[in-house]
Amino acid sequence: MQKEILESKLNINRRAFFSKMSIGIGSLALGSLLIPDLWKGNDDDMAALLPGLSHFAPKAKRIIYLFQSGAPSQLETFDYKPKLREMFGQELPASIRQGQRLTGMTSGQTAFPIAPSYINFKQYGQNGTWISDFFPHIGKIADDICVIRTLNTEAINHDPAITFFQTGNQQSGRPSMGAWMSYGLGSENENLPAFMVLTSRGKGNSQGLYAHLWGSGFLDSVHQGVMLRGGKNPVLYLKDPEGMSQAERRQMLDQIAALNQNSYEQMGDPETLARIQQYEMAYRMQTSVPELMDLKDESDSTVKLYGPDCLVPGTYAANCLLARRLAERGVRFVQLYHQGWDQHGNLPNEMGGQAKDVDQASAALITDLKQRGLLEDTLVIWGGEFGRTVFCQGEFKADNYGRDHHPRCFSIWMAGGGIKPGITYGETDDFSYNVVKDPVHIHDFQATIMNLMGIDHEKLIFKHQGRRYRLTDVSGKIVPGIMA
Amino acid sequence: MQRGNKTKKHWLWLAGLGAISSIVLLSECAKGPDALGTALPDVVDFNFHVKPILSDRCFKCHGPDAQKREADLRLDTKEGLFQALEKHKDQFVVVPGNPEGSEMWRRLIHEDPDQLMPPPNSNLSLNETEKTIIRRWIAQGAKYQKHWAFILPKKAPLPKVKHENWDSPIDRWVLSKMQDLRLQPNDREEWPRLIRRVCLDLTGLPPTEAVMKKFGADDSPANYRRLVDYLLKQPTFGERMATHWLDVSRYADSHGYQDDGPRTMWPWRDWVIHAFNTNMPFNRFVSWQLAGDLLPNPTKEMLLATGFNRNHKITQEGGVIQEEYRIEYVTDRTNTFSKAFMGLTMECSKCHDHKYDPITQKEYFELFSFFNSVPEVGLYGDISAVSLADPPRMYIHNATVRDTLPFINKKPMDTAVVMIMEEMAKPRTTFVLKRGQYDAHGDSVERGTPKSVLAFDKKFKADRAGLADWLFSPKHPLTARVFTNRMWMEFFGTGIVKSSEDFGNQGELPTHPELLDWLAVDFRDNGWDVKRLIRQIVLSETYQQSAAISKRKQEVDPENRYLARGPRMRMSAEMIRDNWLATSNLINPEVGGPSVKPYQPEGLWEDTNPGRGPLMFYKQDKKEKLYRRSLYTFWKRTAPPPFMLTFDAPMRDYCTPKRTRTNTPLQALNMLNDPQMLEAARWLAANLLKKTGNGETAVSKAFERILTRSPESSELKQLLAYYQARRKELQSDKNRAEKMLQVGEVAQAKGVNPSECAALSEVVQIIYNMDETITK
Repeated sequence: MQKEILESKLNINRRAFFSKMSIGIGSLALGSLLIPDLWKGNDDDMAALLPGLSHFAPKAKRIIYLFQSGAPSQLETFDYKPKLREMFGQELPASIRQGQRLTGMTSGQTAFPIAPSYINFKQYGQNGTWISDFFPHIGKIADDICVIRTLNTEAINHDPAITFFQTGNQQSGRPSMGAWMSYGLGSENENLPAFMVLTSRGKGNSQGLYAHLWGSGFLDSVHQGVMLRGGKNPVLYLKDPEGMSQAERRQMLDQIAALNQNSYEQMGDPETLARIQQYEMAYRMQTSVPELMDLKDESDSTVKLYGPDCLVPGTYAANCLLARRLAERGVRFVQLYHQGWDQHGNLPNEMGGQAKDVDQASAALITDLKQRGLLEDTLVIWGGEFGRTVFCQGEFKADNYGRDHHPRCFSIWMAGGGIKPGITYGETDDFSYNVVKDPVHIHDFQATIMNLMGIDHEKLIFKHQGRRYRLTDVSGKIVPGIMA
Repeated sequence: MQRGNKTKKHWLWLAGLGAISSIVLLSECAKGPDALGTALPDVVDFNFHVKPILSDRCFKCHGPDAQKREADLRLDTKEGLFQALEKHKDQFVVVPGNPEGSEMWRRLIHEDPDQLMPPPNSNLSLNETEKTIIRRWIAQGAKYQKHWAFILPKKAPLPKVKHENWDSPIDRWVLSKMQDLRLQPNDREEWPRLIRRVCLDLTGLPPTEAVMKKFGADDSPANYRRLVDYLLKQPTFGERMATHWLDVSRYADSHGYQDDGPRTMWPWRDWVIHAFNTNMPFNRFVSWQLAGDLLPNPTKEMLLATGFNRNHKITQEGGVIQEEYRIEYVTDRTNTFSKAFMGLTMECSKCHDHKYDPITQKEYFELFSFFNSVPEVGLYGDISAVSLADPPRMYIHNATVRDTLPFINKKPMDTAVVMIMEEMAKPRTTFVLKRGQYDAHGDSVERGTPKSVLAFDKKFKADRAGLADWLFSPKHPLTARVFTNRMWMEFFGTGIVKSSEDFGNQGELPTHPELLDWLAVDFRDNGWDVKRLIRQIVLSETYQQSAAISKRKQEVDPENRYLARGPRMRMSAEMIRDNWLATSNLINPEVGGPSVKPYQPEGLWEDTNPGRGPLMFYKQDKKEKLYRRSLYTFWKRTAPPPFMLTFDAPMRDYCTPKRTRTNTPLQALNMLNDPQMLEAARWLAANLLKKTGNGETAVSKAFERILTRSPESSELKQLLAYYQARRKELQSDKNRAEKMLQVGEVAQAKGVNPSECAALSEVVQIIYNMDETITK
């Protein structure tokens, strides 16, 4: 395949290609036919492409991001605050709130009563990582994960907050993290896109997802995340019309190719040759994607590990299993979203359900990757877009309360490629309201991820409308404390 | 990776200079970037050669942004370039004629990394060629020029060229540049291909059968002119032009942020189509959109036009802070105004002075203040609200349509509520927002415009109407250039200024600056007549050339910036789908009306919806609504039509004047398996079979219908062989054939043989998938 591309490329004699060759990209990105820049000879694009590559030896080759959309409360997951028990119902001291802006949902509240966690915590693993009883399976992998309790953001509403996490900017329009990775590193698999997106939904109060979260912004649309969906058409228009055999499809493609070849000979437009190649890639995807989705080669023990839901298309568990299969196949960035984590009320009840959806499969993914030797170069991230307030929103009982959005501190965990396992990083105050030690801003988080992927976040840039853009905008510091 | 840039800059030098020893240079160029070191211009031009380097590598710290300016040195102004050094008043940044005596040059080549500029830790550097350009510029006297796009355009005397027919102003400028590069134009395109090109360009649709009948036989220039005039009168012209304007205007049928409820802006879209079809002068077209409500005695039509400034996203997320989002909306209007009409990226100066262009943060908010007095709030109603048209708004009743707005395609039914602009009786005070933050008020500002473009004279009224007058003032350097360049881009694929959204210091330089200026002045001086401008473009010999690419032209000018061949590019998403509908005669030619929901893969809205609101589920339309032109497809911003995104349409979140053009496997899958295509294929097959009564004849007819030309004998031979083989196979599998004819909702035509029809529909699918079919 590489030879074919090279030949076409030589044939069409694009200067940009030669310049790439001279720098040695040939060995790197040609695997991704999904990078159109190879064909377009867009010098601008290429100029920005190369500086991103191999600034350091990468510790991770790929990312699986388990996004918990809606924002799970840190107080019921990973930020254990035993002292709150004694302060049940007391007003949150103004010295702690420090005038932090509130959303329109609680800014009118006259009281801000402290709501301790309904669920208990236990310590797990060699370092005694605190994890709530909602997540017994994640507890079992405590030695493999790094809990960060001091993520913080500026956004206090879902849309800007999740957009910030994924694109580095609160307003939409910039490329998402996965698009940057596709653009900077390409795909390792010539039969699958570099960036794939899977969604699922729990029963908890949910917020929508938006195509711009996996959009390519001002990068070529080829870098946008490709949705992988449960059901018979996992990739849009993948399936041939009913009854068409593979041989018939092949025959038809040969007809199209012959006509296009003829057109190329007459018009001499290299774009026509590129089109022939893209049809070939499409054809290969028609085989590679169904193979990917077909779980019959998964052993019973694997199914048991992820839980029975992993055989039900469209569930979080099924998506976790697919994520592993995508990682095995070298897909650069696998983005999962699980909706339903927005507990403004009825939190204990709803969080229990949400946790049940994700606990076993999240842990299984880590275990499974580890067993297969993939965890060492796969970076796994688990978390939402912000945290939740220590004070109660709305109705308040010991076993029923809600929490509003909280940007100043929240917890996520990371595991795998280049992450220091078994630690808890960062400290928050007794109320889980402010960061006391080792804050991690979203841009720091993004800078660190890029570093683990071998990219200097200040150098992977794209010039758009005269400005050099990067995922971390104008800030971002690497967090060595979480790196192995 | 400066090499790639070198290559490109090299072309800019050619553009600016024209007459360098082209032959030698071009052959050097084809050898690869390493040979480019020799490609130095003899006479260095500040705007074309020097400033792009200064802007890109130096302005970030020594440019317009006063906050970030280092060493109190700025290189973006004449004063700054020639000023004395802060610490050594006897020394100067640039000493004309004396590179060694110029601090700028000394710093560029300094051996001490602490003295070297740009500093190594900036990740910026100059290559040898660029350094030599700076040196040569200083040596040649360091002549300074204002930024080219901020100088008022003038018509330069037309160049003399010798070529039969190439004597229109467009052709003379294009040919003169070609001759500098020793390129020869192509011959005229073959007549059927030319008909197809101009139909697609002017109407977004392939030639109708009526057009072929009327114009197909006579390839004379006079007949071509008649064809162009005919097409410009078709209602499909307005639809085609509106498609571009919807991108510029970030038009959508939903609010956009997370709950993403529906809105009713389609009457505004109908007005855009109407405006293009009635050839509304561009200055009026824009002035009404900007300020229809503030003009004397505004009509309902003028009010409706102002919907332009309400097309931005609007949140419905409970709990947002009102002012934060209201400021977002005003920001969007300000950014859209500058990008859409002036090709300036003002958004950079919301948080700080612009890094590259002479626009201060204060000036940003002076412009912002024009759009800051709309009686609106950040969050008006959540997803459960009855009307999702946030005030200010207008109500369009059946009587309104009948009496005053007849171009709105509104079925007698509920009142349509459209968001429009309104000005508060007492304008809000506008403050500079520090770091762009909604609640960090700095000094208050008065309404105004960027002085480097054109100061806001007192004679203009200090409201949006005055702003529109300012935009169309004969002294405005940008408005006409930006629009004529966009129109050029629509027809040639790339603008004369490639960065059609950025005419600032970081934008690209024009390949044909005199031509751009000629077009701009001519457009302005002839009443901003859009159809006239387009007519000039498509009647040029430049446009009519064959698109065939010789090996040499591919080497010398791979992007066809110098137009020694006709334009050739993949069609837009809308054109590809409309082409299926039109060639199969499934198309529903209705103009305007509420947006429609054609076929879409199941579950796309359901997978990601917020669990509430009227747009949770995609409810596909039926019957004739399935066959409306693509610009009428319902645009839900958080889940746009997948076909559109796959074929490079923007998300419509923001003003996007230029689309990218990619070539991907997902496009191939879409082309092969979209039910809209499969249905069109079987429908065309059935009708041709009925008409011809003969499968073999029908193969040839299908080819002609789709590609507007007869198949070559080799093409025909191939397709016939395939058809006959498939017919035979399908005759032994009648069920299969029947099944193939069931895709889509249109009833299968009666009285055709299923295996013949199925085999023929496969042939049509092949033709629909040809590169030539989706290329214009």
